[in-house]
Amino acid sequence: MDVYLDNSATTRAYGDVGDLVRKVMCEDFGNPSSMHYRGVDAEKYIKEAKETLAKLMKVQPKEIFFTSGGTEGDNLALIGASRANKRAGNHLITSSIEHPAILNTMRYLEEEEGFRVTYLPVDSFGRIRLEALKEALCKDTILVSVMYVNNEVGSVQPILEAASMVKAYNKNILFHVDAVQGFGKYRIYPKKLKVDMLTASGHKIHGPKGTGFLYIDEHVKIKPIVFGGEQQKNIRSGTENVPGIAGLSMAAAMIYQDLEEKVAVMRCLKAHFIEEVTKIPQTTIHGLYDETSAPHIISVGFAGIRSEVLLHALEDKGICVSSGSACASNHPAVSGVLKGIGTKKEYLDATLRFSMSEFTTPEEIDYTLDTLNELVPVLRRYTRH
Amino acid sequence: MIFQTFLLKYGEIGIKGKNRHLFEDALVRQVRYALKDIDGEFQVHKSQARIYVDCAGDYDSDEVIGQLRKVFGLVGICPVVRKKDEGFDQLKKDVAAFMDEMYPDKRITFKVEARRSRKTYPLNSMEINCAVGEAVLEAFPEIRVDVHKPDVLLHIEVRNEIYIYSQIIPGPGGMPVGTNGKAMLLLSGGIDSPVAGYMIAKRGVGLEATYFHAPPYTSERAKQKVVDLAKIVAEYAGPIRLNVVNFTDIQLYIYDQCPHDELTIIMRRYMMKIAEHFAGESGCLGLITGESIGQVASQTMQSLAATNEVCSLPVYRPLIGFDKQEIVEVSEKIGTYETSIQPFEDCCTIFVAKHPVTKPSIKIIKRSEEKLEEKIDELVRTAIDTVEIIEVR
Repeated sequence: MDVYLDNSATTRAYGDVGDLVRKVMCEDFGNPSSMHYRGVDAEKYIKEAKETLAKLMKVQPKEIFFTSGGTEGDNLALIGASRANKRAGNHLITSSIEHPAILNTMRYLEEEEGFRVTYLPVDSFGRIRLEALKEALCKDTILVSVMYVNNEVGSVQPILEAASMVKAYNKNILFHVDAVQGFGKYRIYPKKLKVDMLTASGHKIHGPKGTGFLYIDEHVKIKPIVFGGEQQKNIRSGTENVPGIAGLSMAAAMIYQDLEEKVAVMRCLKAHFIEEVTKIPQTTIHGLYDETSAPHIISVGFAGIRSEVLLHALEDKGICVSSGSACASNHPAVSGVLKGIGTKKEYLDATLRFSMSEFTTPEEIDYTLDTLNELVPVLRRYTRH
Repeated sequence: MIFQTFLLKYGEIGIKGKNRHLFEDALVRQVRYALKDIDGEFQVHKSQARIYVDCAGDYDSDEVIGQLRKVFGLVGICPVVRKKDEGFDQLKKDVAAFMDEMYPDKRITFKVEARRSRKTYPLNSMEINCAVGEAVLEAFPEIRVDVHKPDVLLHIEVRNEIYIYSQIIPGPGGMPVGTNGKAMLLLSGGIDSPVAGYMIAKRGVGLEATYFHAPPYTSERAKQKVVDLAKIVAEYAGPIRLNVVNFTDIQLYIYDQCPHDELTIIMRRYMMKIAEHFAGESGCLGLITGESIGQVASQTMQSLAATNEVCSLPVYRPLIGFDKQEIVEVSEKIGTYETSIQPFEDCCTIFVAKHPVTKPSIKIIKRSEEKLEEKIDELVRTAIDTVEIIEVR
């Protein structure tokens, strides 16, 4: 049985999305900046994509900017907004469990551009502490960036509370949300959340890789970080990835269809998985696992088994999962997120992430549980001394 | 500068007596093999104890040189400008142009070394030396002659056409692969074993390799890394047949039955046995390992004796007296280092004990191995029967 439980790393694209991408790539291949009809046709896809996404998030189409994915969106938001607002101050705030696209960009701003960055600690469930945010705010603060859903343990951050607190302190401080893992699982309305910028990615929602968008509130001052033909109002130069944008927009529309039902199914599967997997001795679930956590991510520690070994043993049985977070797990450093939430030592290098999508079936979950029950005791017999 | 021919010099094989033509033929074959997959058309022929590569088509001199520098047996590669014989005046012009382009800075000394294999040429070697030297001096007054220690030794060879060259790029030395049989390399994903393979291949030995993997303890990427390493070594050594042996069950059985501090030694003994089996099957005349005395617990003199004891074929350990840094230097030179340091676990380290024995006694190890009697033969047979063979080229 082939079981794909690594949907937080990437998802299978919807078949219709693939068809559309191919059509735009091979037939409606114009450059949206061209003046002839092919250009006009191509531009239509972009316009429609903006409208679709804007409607889903209840924002204006002109506030949507297409990027090459989550990493670029995060970079543009942080670097572009920090540079544009540095006269107002040089202090940035983020959490200590952000994705590397945020953390490494912050580090760059700190080391190369003279900004001061506060990294907020998290509680044992992987949520930022609001008191810490309150303490960190100061007159120099210009930007706060907090993720919607943590990619490793699935904790959901109190965005509304955090953004409200920031805006109450100083309405000019910008609030950015990395919603790469939250978009397509939650209905996210930036205006209601008091969020100024929000990053999303196409390939996490059954869209194409190399696509994504950054929502930027029309009042936000931001500078470009790449320079060229001044496309997208000179915020993001470069010929638009029209096939990708069309695919991204279609995927977004599709994933939000009947979202509540799909999420309910995932929650059900997640609850069942957790109930069963914790029956295996010496296992632990990282983060919260009630309704306040993300519906699709389950992070499980299996004491005494290196995650890589269990991962490959599962792979051998057709089950794909990841250890820690796939983006970072090519190098064997121990997860900063797990450390940040105070994970016990025996689970640090012994944790797998199971992440579902709307395509995940109860049979797949049961097969995975059976396989774990079979493998874990065997693998525990053989350990390093 | 565009070179039309490469003159290849070989050292040691020139003195191999009556077998000389065998070595030369092997070298020509290896040169052809090295140029097989790059753009251009190449005529490789030997004449008067030299090998010539005449190039045509859309070739890139630097790429040709890069490939030739991987051919064992070559000690020097001379990029040659080849000219039609259009009279001596034209030759003088060609030589001046050659010097001008090769040596933009003219504050050099030189000497002409002519060689006339077409004896009908109107001038003899000495006359060519003088006349060409004069022409160069006339064209570039800053250049001076030094017949004892010239900066530039300018070679003029009169064959059917005229060959002009002055540069000798060092080749890798050694002997052409295929002139010294074949050996079985125990290839891990580390730094040492690819270097060991390179060094034995350099002496003219063809390679086969055996890799032990232990899924799920080692990953598919670790295996890919070994294939990648074999590919780099194959650029020098020619095609390598890689035997990938699934070692997990043997390893776990040893873990279950034997003292854990002897695990690595016992494991290595079985690796040698299995590698020797494949070696025998394919006519290899020895085993090659990357061991160096004292580098790790399994490479002390006692440990080496213990692993050596299971083999009847000779075990070649070309790195035996090398320090780690010296091995790293070679691996950087041959281009395996960056691949070797990718951080994937290999099967030697997954169950390694905190304090493995460093002075194993063969008697005690053998006694421990008696505990394996029940199933080990069957496990070894299964490992051999389920080998995956990858032809690396």
